[in-house]
Order: sequence, then C-alpha cells, then structure tokens
Amino acid sequence: MTSPEANRVNDFVIKIATVNGTGSASANSLLMKSLFRMGIPVTGKNLFPSNIQGLPTWYEIRANRDGYNARTGRVDVMVAMNAQTYAKDLAEVSPGGYLIYDSTWPRARQLERDDVEVIDIPLAEMVNGQFSKPRVRILMKNIAYVGALCGLMEIDLGVVRGLIEETFSTKPGLIDSNMQAIELGFDHARRHFRCPLPVRAESMDASKGHVLIDGNQAAALGCLYAGATVGAWYPITPSTSLMDAFERLCGEFRRDPETGENRYCIVQAEDELAAAGMVIGAGWAGARAFTPTSGPGISLMSEFLGFAYYTEIPAVFFDIQRVGPSTGMPTRTQQCDLLAAAFASHGDTRHPLLLPADPAECFELSVAAFDLAERLQTPVLVLSDLDIGMNDWMVPELCWDDGYLPDRGKVLDAEALDKLDVFHRFADIDGDGIPWRTLPGSDRKGAYFVRGSGHNRYGGYTEDAEEYQDVVDRLMLKWQTARELVPAAKLCKADHHTDIGILAFGSSHGAVSEALDRLRESGIHADYLRLRAFPFGHEVQRFLDDHKTVFVVEQNRDAQMRSLLMLEADVEGRKLVSILHYNGLPIPSDAVTERIREHVRKEAAA
Amino acid sequence: MTWIGKPKVDWSGQQRNPLGLTIRDYEGVMSTLCAGCGHDSVTAALVQAFWEMAIRPEQVIKLSGIGCSSKTTAYFLGGAHGFNSVHGRMPSIATGALAAHRDLIAVGISGDGDSLSIGMGQFAHAVRRNINLLYLIENNGVYGLTKGQFSASADSGSKSKHGVESRQQAIDAVATAITLGGSFAARSFSGDKKQLVPLIKAGLSHPGCAIIDVISPCVTFNDHEGSTKSYAFTRAHHEAVTEADLVEPAESIEADYDWGDAVNVTVHDGSTIRFRKLEPDYDWSSRAAALQYLEKHRQRGEVVTGLLYRDADQPDFHSIARTARQPLRDMDHDQLCPGSGALESLQQRLR
Repeated sequence: MTSPEANRVNDFVIKIATVNGTGSASANSLLMKSLFRMGIPVTGKNLFPSNIQGLPTWYEIRANRDGYNARTGRVDVMVAMNAQTYAKDLAEVSPGGYLIYDSTWPRARQLERDDVEVIDIPLAEMVNGQFSKPRVRILMKNIAYVGALCGLMEIDLGVVRGLIEETFSTKPGLIDSNMQAIELGFDHARRHFRCPLPVRAESMDASKGHVLIDGNQAAALGCLYAGATVGAWYPITPSTSLMDAFERLCGEFRRDPETGENRYCIVQAEDELAAAGMVIGAGWAGARAFTPTSGPGISLMSEFLGFAYYTEIPAVFFDIQRVGPSTGMPTRTQQCDLLAAAFASHGDTRHPLLLPADPAECFELSVAAFDLAERLQTPVLVLSDLDIGMNDWMVPELCWDDGYLPDRGKVLDAEALDKLDVFHRFADIDGDGIPWRTLPGSDRKGAYFVRGSGHNRYGGYTEDAEEYQDVVDRLMLKWQTARELVPAAKLCKADHHTDIGILAFGSSHGAVSEALDRLRESGIHADYLRLRAFPFGHEVQRFLDDHKTVFVVEQNRDAQMRSLLMLEADVEGRKLVSILHYNGLPIPSDAVTERIREHVRKEAAA
Repeated sequence: MTWIGKPKVDWSGQQRNPLGLTIRDYEGVMSTLCAGCGHDSVTAALVQAFWEMAIRPEQVIKLSGIGCSSKTTAYFLGGAHGFNSVHGRMPSIATGALAAHRDLIAVGISGDGDSLSIGMGQFAHAVRRNINLLYLIENNGVYGLTKGQFSASADSGSKSKHGVESRQQAIDAVATAITLGGSFAARSFSGDKKQLVPLIKAGLSHPGCAIIDVISPCVTFNDHEGSTKSYAFTRAHHEAVTEADLVEPAESIEADYDWGDAVNVTVHDGSTIRFRKLEPDYDWSSRAAALQYLEKHRQRGEVVTGLLYRDADQPDFHSIARTARQPLRDMDHDQLCPGSGALESLQQRLR
C-alpha cells in the first residue's frame, strides 16, 4: 500500500488493460521506452492470453528509481481500455491510485471507488474527430492514452517524439499522425486535470549503459555468437520468438550478400521428437546445434535426451518454461520443468541445467551451454521461462569478448588419430569421465558406432554385466566433473552474520533482491545464494551447511528445486522452507517478503 | 559378448577397386541375424554397391532406428561412422547430420515397423524435405525382435505363423513415398541381388531422398505358407517393371551389357543412371502413372519391383535452405560470429 506522503516520483506501476489484437503493444512499448530514455529503471510484463484477437490482455510497467524489477502487488495507475474487465481492473488499483478510462462510453457510477481517483478521457471521441480510417482510429486511441499519461505523469514529450521519429523514420506520414494522437491525449489531460499527479516521472541517470531486451532475443544472440549453425525446432509458445530472432540475426550476419548462401541451417521439424533428433544428429556430426522448446516439447524430447546422455552427444536445449501440467497455460509463466528436465528420459539419466535470471544471463549462459555441451559431450538444458523470455527487461548492455574461442571439447582429428594405435570411443583416458570422440567424415580409424543399447568402453554392443556397469559408472564420474564446470551459484551476503539463507534462481531473482532490502529494513538479515546451474557446485553444499533455515523460493507448486536439493545435496529436509508461487504470474516481491517475515515471526514466537 | 568381429582374411587374388580397397574393406562386424535372413542379403548388396562405386568408407554415415533391420548398419562399412538411433527416428538424425555436414554420404536402414508405424511421421517428412539420403526399408511385414506381430506393411489376408489373418490394410512404402512428393521410389527383393545392387547405386547417386523398399523375408516369423512376404511368395509374384543401373562418369555408357532400349539420365555429379523399361508402356517420370501401375498390380497380387518413380530435378534439402557449400561444421568461428562491434550497434536499437 502506498501512503500519501511517500515519494512516488519514479516509483510506480502503470497497468494497461486492453483487448489483444488492437495494436496496444506498440503504444505500451512506446510508453516504456520513453521512461527508459528518461533514465528511469523500468521493466514491462506482458500478461497476455493464448489467443490472437479479441481477449483481454494487460501490460504492466514498473518504473523504479532503485532499479527493482519484480512485480509488486501494486497498481498506481490503471489504464482501463477494456470495458469487459473494467470492474476487475478498478478493483486492482491500490488505494490512492488512479484509473484512466475512455469516457466516450461512461461507466456505471456504482463501479467507482472512494480511494481511487478516476480520470475520464473521451479517447475514442477525440481520436475519431481527428482520424477517419477505422483501423487507424483503433491504433491512435492507444497512442492517445500514452499522450494522456505524458501529460499526467510528466513523461518527456521530446523523448516520445524522438522515439516515434525513429520508429517511423521511413514513413514520415505516420510520425505526424502519431504525434497528433499523443498531443490529443496530452492536451486533454493538461486542460482537465491537476497535472502532474504525485505519481510521476522525472529524468534521472540510471538507465545509462543498459538496454531493453527480452530473454529469447538475448538467447538467440548467444546462439549466434557461440557459433551455433544448426537449429531445429517445432513452434511452441513461449519459445518461438527465440528461433524467430535467431533466423532474423542469421539473415543479417550469416548470409553471403553475393551468393545468398547461408552459413546456418534452420529446420522447422514435424514435431519435437524430430527437432531433438536433428539437433542430436547435428551435434554428433560436429556442428553446434540447438532447439528451443517449452514443457510439452521437453516431454516429447525425453526419449532422445536419454539417448544423447547415454551416447554422449552434445546438444543444447532451451526450455522456455510455461505453466503446466499438460497444455497448462501457454502464455503464463512458471519454473515447473526442473525435475522433468534434470532427469528427462527413462533409466538412470541426468542432465546439466543452466538457470539464467534475466536476459543478460540468457546471452551469457547460452554461450556457456554450447561450451559445456561439447566439453561434457552431453545435452545441456537452458531453463528460462516466459517471464524472462518474452518480457522486456532492463539489463546492462551485452558485451562480447572477441578473443572468445569455442570449447569444442575432446575431439580427435585425422592427425591425432594417426598417432594412436587404436581409438576407443568410450574409454576414460584422462580420468575425468569424459572420453574422446571423433567426427564422422574425417577418418576411417576413428569410425565408431553410436548405439542407445548397452555398449562397452570400446563402443561395442554388450549385454555383459561388468561392461555395462563400467560405462554407466564412468558417466557418473563425468557428472562429478560437470559439477566443477557449470557456472557457480552467486552469493550475496548480508551485512550482519545470520542463520537465515535464501536460495532462489531464474526469474525469481528480482523479487528476492527487493525482498532482501525490505526484510533488512524490518531487521531480518538473510544471505542469498542464487543458483545458476545443476548439478550444484560445492558452494551450494557450503551454503546449506552454514544456515539454520534456508528459504527456497521457486515458481512451481511442488517445490521442485527443494526436491533437487534433497536428492543431490546433504541437507536435512526441515531446514529447507519453501516459498512457492505458481499462479502463472511472475512472482511479486511482496509475496517473498511477507512469507519470510511471517515465518521468522512464528519461529520467534515458538 | 554379442559383438563379433570378422576375421580379416587377405589373399592376393582379391579384386581391388580404384581406391585399392577390396570388398572385405566394405564389410562390418559379423551378423547376428537368423541364418537365411533376407536382411543379410541386403547387407551384401550394400557392400557390393559401395565397393563398386569406390566410395571411401569414411565419407559415409550409416544410420538406423530399432529392429532387426536397424541392426544391419553394424554389418557393413566398418570404416564408416554408424548411428543406431531410437525407434522410428533415424530420419531426424540423418537430417541433423546432413545439416551439419552436407557432403556426408548418408545411408539409412530402416524396417517396416521402424518406418511405417512408429516412424511414419519422420519417414514422411524426410521424403518431403528431400534430404540427401539413401533410405532403405528392409520390409518383412513382421516384428521380428518381439517375435512375430504383424507390421503395418503386412498385406490384408496374409497369415501369421500362428494362422491369424491380417485384416487391416497394408501401407505401401513406395506408393506412400510417391504420394508424399518423393523424388525417388523403388522396390526390390533381397533375393534379387542383380536388381538390388544397381538400384542401391542409383539411389546413392540420386540428389535427394531415395526410398528403396526391399522385400526381405523373415525366415523365422514370416516365411510360411499364407504369408505374402515369404521367399516363395515373393519369388513367384515379383514383377520387375524397370531395370536401373548407375554408370560412373569414368565408364563408357556403352558397357558390355545388352540394355536394349535403355534410357540414359545424367545425374548432377556427372554419372549416369540407365533405365530400361521391361513394360513398354511404363512411365517412371509420372507420379500418376506409377501409382496407377502399382495399384493395378497390387490388385492382382503382384509385387512390382524396379525403379518406379524418379524426379532428379526436385530441389533437395540444402538447395531449398540455400545452405553454404562449405559444410557448416567445418566453418571457423570468425565465419560465424559477428564480433563485439556488431553487438554494440545491434544494441542501439534496444535503447
């Protein structure tokens, strides 16, 4: 709740309720980018339906001068453009907040609230007076509410104009019409309401050196920069934009301008089973290959994941998690595939997981995923989610080290083979559980046979008890090696010594970071370890050992990360206290703060 | 151990191909299939074809799924990388491997269960994508490894070993491939090496997905009276409609065969495929004619063999994708990575 005396400059949430398919996305991104260019830290969350046109959709922008980027339980300014959801939208506004609506069609009086100021602007009427084409009217109505917000909240019109000019640099006519719509809203707001509102923007300098990017785009950049050449996929929300972005980037950077030839190959497969097979076939043949998918795809790819684990073939799988089980809610977010991904497939299988917390890490960890997959000769899964993948986040500008060379792992070429008496595909020469491999099409001496059936260290078929066990035991040794190679968890220590620890990962990071500050203000100090990979490094065990209570924050119902910790680490179950959020919306910081506070209070009382 | 190496016997009289390799150099490990299995004859035909074409074993990848047929990839070309994938998924592995390295010579060995039931989707899409793969189905109408269930290619009316009659319609791999827009569809019989070896060579030289459905009887579970995939039935009912052979660029087309009214078709690599119609009216360049012919003979209970359809001008997977000539997996990192400068300017759009 916001108290009236609180400083609400550059600390607010704007939520816009519209109908999908009406072009509101460009208006919302204009609004968000304007705040960003004013130097204010900002994030946008698109809460959209699994539908193309006609259903309610919301866009939530949080601007925060301290850089907090999680959702909160708050809505300071609601732009209620959808009559269908008006009552619900009004109810959601925080006390002391504002609701803007299109008063071309006045709302019933009983829907008003005493603690919310309603700002009525006849958007449709104004826009219809200015524009004649029906489609343009719909689009400009959205631009007009941006204009109104500029007037009400002191969003810099010059910045807005600059953005519009950039967007429509090739269509000057559109610059004028968009600016007209902006001014309609702006002027009306200035003329009829007390401007600015206490909830307002003010230029600052906190977004310098940052970019606004979504995780799927950043992951696609990672694939491009890591030198991935083969991408196979089956379209599935919310992973689709990753391959779309990769294809766009390849078109820009990997196409010979003269011949039109491509230095990449993207295959839209017939299903996820085939997509997995293609990536594994390509990895076996020596290319860096990946597939983006989501939970249902992981279920279908499981057979091949187990195969690639046992036959030791590198491949990168992106799981942009969405709400399960089954089809679940395709356009809502969760961290619900941890167990399915970690142990995908029948038999004793286990796969390294990488857990990016934001788009910047999607870039960094997707490059790491290719290196790890080839180093470890195994599939590596990057577990992002819809919140990271499809929403725009403000992150430090992505950097690239031009000295980077891909780690291709242990590959013997013809020359190296020549020096060997004999080549054995699955022999552990170096004692780290990672054998040497050869690539097809190189040398006869390196020829070997890949099989998902029982095989011995020489690569031969076997049903022999000892020979079988020899190989699966070595795979376990390789797993121990993986522990040393995966990205380490990041520790954020409290200023004070404390027995309380918080473990979180992925898109919960923003909520936890903010909760830590709120908790500290109320005298609760906690160390925070952010997991970035599975298997867990030794730092995770140390953290568990060092704290009496460890809150495990995750976005699924079944406390899957807690289960992984119980399985893989040496820890007493009662020490691990779950904080779970799984309704499909990104985890809000308040939820974390309140539940930890409540637990600590109860413990103290006991 | 069930992985049996073959003793290498070298004798001076062995014939060598232009690479100086003997036929033994094209063999693999010892077959563990039942004695008399049709699949072993197919293996022998493959060995013969590769040896005759003087292909370097290391240029080849051998891929398969699961089943008796899929075991055979271990029995030829020991010098080639082999890949025994999961059931029905060989085509996706082949697609990925060829995407990574377009110059590999890919041979996929599958079966009727592997391709026409569990792998029907991948079979269809490999054909549709026209990946450069010799896709050979060893078709015996039966699940051998699980002891004799009907497969989807079992003809309606055919009887199992226990006397049960198959009542469902059979899927015809050749007709299906033609319907799917396949660019090369042939049928042969494991017992007819004279026909099979040239067909394999023609398939290997075809720039696209070459489907060869080989009737390959299962001596253990489907070689009895009442079966339409037995040696006796196939011998009595198979009708060769065309003959095909591959003529290497180096060879003269007027070799020492008597080919009568043969038609020569130049393949893109400079070699020639020579066809001869045994049926004067047969048109192997027409989908409709091929399907009609197949259906007419099916109704008569005849198994049509030979090259039934071919269209070498259909664009293959890589020409559709416009993939670079250099195999992707051989590209250096600086050919692939745009570098820090590009990343910086890319991010201008993200502010």
